[in-house]
Amino acid sequence: MDISQWIEGLGQGKDAIVLGLRIHGPTLLALIRVLLLVLPILMLVPGLIWWERRLLSWMQDRIGPNRTGTVTFPDRIPLLGGKKVRTFGLLQPIADGVKLFLKEDITPADIDRKIYFWAPAIALFPAFAIGGTLPWGSGYLPFSEVVGGLYSHLTPVANIDIGLLYVLAISSLGVYGVVLAGYASNNKYSLMGGLRASAQLISYELAMGMSLACVAMASGSLRMPEMVRQQEAPLWGAVSPLQNWFLLTPFGAISATIFLICMVAETNRAPFDLPEAENELIAGYHTEYSSMKFAVFFMGEYAAMFLFSGVFAAVFLGGPNLLPVSWERLATSNPQVGFYGWMAWANYWLGPLTFLGKCAGGITFFIWLRATLPRLRYDQLMNLGWKTLLPLAVVNFVIVGLWIVSTRASGIWGGWAVFGLALLVAYVLYLNLAALNKRSDLSVGGRRVRMSEADVTRTIRMVDPNQP
Amino acid sequence: MVNDVPLSWFLTLGLLLFMIGGVGVVVRRNPVVVFMCIELMLNAVNLTFLAFARYGTMPNISESQAVNGAMGGQIAVIFVMAVAAAEVAVGLGIIMAIFRLKNNADLDEVSVLRG
Amino acid sequence: MTGNQIAFLVMAAVALLGAAGVVAFGANAVRAALFLVLCFFVLGFVYFSLGAQLLGITQIMVYAGAIMVLFLFVIMMLQLRGHDLSKKVGIDIKSPLAWMFGIALFAVVFQSIVLPMNMTANPAVTSDLGKPEAVGSVLFTTFSWPFEVTSLLLLIGVVGSILLAKRRI
Repeated sequence: MDISQWIEGLGQGKDAIVLGLRIHGPTLLALIRVLLLVLPILMLVPGLIWWERRLLSWMQDRIGPNRTGTVTFPDRIPLLGGKKVRTFGLLQPIADGVKLFLKEDITPADIDRKIYFWAPAIALFPAFAIGGTLPWGSGYLPFSEVVGGLYSHLTPVANIDIGLLYVLAISSLGVYGVVLAGYASNNKYSLMGGLRASAQLISYELAMGMSLACVAMASGSLRMPEMVRQQEAPLWGAVSPLQNWFLLTPFGAISATIFLICMVAETNRAPFDLPEAENELIAGYHTEYSSMKFAVFFMGEYAAMFLFSGVFAAVFLGGPNLLPVSWERLATSNPQVGFYGWMAWANYWLGPLTFLGKCAGGITFFIWLRATLPRLRYDQLMNLGWKTLLPLAVVNFVIVGLWIVSTRASGIWGGWAVFGLALLVAYVLYLNLAALNKRSDLSVGGRRVRMSEADVTRTIRMVDPNQP
Repeated sequence: MVNDVPLSWFLTLGLLLFMIGGVGVVVRRNPVVVFMCIELMLNAVNLTFLAFARYGTMPNISESQAVNGAMGGQIAVIFVMAVAAAEVAVGLGIIMAIFRLKNNADLDEVSVLRG
Repeated sequence: MTGNQIAFLVMAAVALLGAAGVVAFGANAVRAALFLVLCFFVLGFVYFSLGAQLLGITQIMVYAGAIMVLFLFVIMMLQLRGHDLSKKVGIDIKSPLAWMFGIALFAVVFQSIVLPMNMTANPAVTSDLGKPEAVGSVLFTTFSWPFEVTSLLLLIGVVGSILLAKRRI
């Protein structure tokens, strides 16, 4: 068979292997889908650790791990003798892994033994399961309106109607591993870490759900491949050559910001790493864990980071599309330019790589945040979650409704006009609220500090108890 | 999809869960565990709602009645979940308040209405 | 016995194990909560098997993911403050009575209500009725008034719990 015919058949899902699997072995196909999701993550985790350490050290003007894996050939080998092969420390995470395997596994005294052993497993399960509905390849062939093509068979693992809710449900189960580890360790610091984690995750879950609900409303579906498909529509319903990535729409940009912050909080990463704040709680919930049990927590954290970035890419960044440009529509309207059609196919076939790249970008963002921002104080964390993100998400909910109605009624300009109006109203409301929470300045020891009225009265009472 | 599982199996499961929850409420004295048993009973009822939603409440009903019943049963479950969420928030607040007042919160000893 | 029946029996067994664990391990509140999480999680799958997709995932999200985390939070907070939640209590007259009462309840309801129920599913009721679109469209049209009242109830719940939890208002 001609190779190009074979590729075309593969693209249309006509390949004998895929078709045969689909008919004769749905279980085997499901297994392949799971492996295609989980294996790359498992293999990438060491790479991510290396990337985090290198990137952090570059940002902090250090060198970072760059020695492990560098081989110097002995002099007696001809040609290669005395030469060095550098791997930029890529083998460092493997050495770390071996070290973790060989370390002594310490079990503290007086622990809740069963829960202590189960906690890392319970932490790892949701971290990997989040990806269950993640579409890492386009479910539609270029220039086709029906579901088909190779990737529609291989991704997502479960193409269910409630894909987005599944992500939320599984991520809400992620807290158990942390909480149980904290509880079972028989250590006050661990318990504090677990307590902080449960409060933090419950708080940020809400804003996350609200921000995702806004995009679900705009795309009209909770099915993840369908949400990706909706983002391939013309931008703002009007600009045909571009794609309607939700990040580029006004409501979607707000949602994406909220989701991004909640995502960092859900994975317990800096600046939201209060459950394992090392200068307050030793190592928080995993203080008492050593050797492989600690490594399992670590792996779960990285898998969760990776897959949350994937969710962000699928929901806000157009999934496996490389650029927010619709090559298909360009090719249909300019049939004389062969480049557009070529790009449409390249965009389709390179989809998984693009998706991987977007996930890597998400992780780089996580690392960048860690290098840049100091850890939040506990009250700041709660204020940000409950008093900023949640109200913003609710306001956004109204905005997205208005946007949908007005773009339907009066096109793109109506949409932008209503969005501007909504922003204005929200700003006026915010000013009024700010006036309610008015703060006054106070001079303490020559420095001006900003305090709320209640703080001022409290301070005055502390200094002079006779004051009313 | 599930039509070969008889309705009575689902109802029996719901009944058993309800029974265990009810016994737990009586047997346990720790207010948090008692509260958990109440949640278990609510879930047993939810399961029954959904089983009836799927199988219909009466034999020999028309198609539209069956669809209405199916939707009604699911909506009832949604409302039960919403009420349960509100109840848990308030109930746990009450339990915290009780623990703040007395160190020991054996339910049999919490018998005064004033703080 | 068909595959569906076996699947149901497995789920039912795990759910009952979880429920029994709540009562049996009630002396240790954290363990009881964990067994309840297991029970709720599996019940979500029972809902899936009944064709109620949306409610199944809501069950996992609301009960297993939110309510039980709240329970664990309260238990651990009380423990951190030094309250002992895992006190053993001796056997008293209540528990055999309770079990007898429970078994009697089971026998009566099983005999008079469950056994006569032998409806088979109406072919009009498909699992499509459990999809988010179907449930949502009914919730926001026919049941819009109860829906609004529920939102009020949740608001009251929020205000009430804040009032209870705050030391000084």
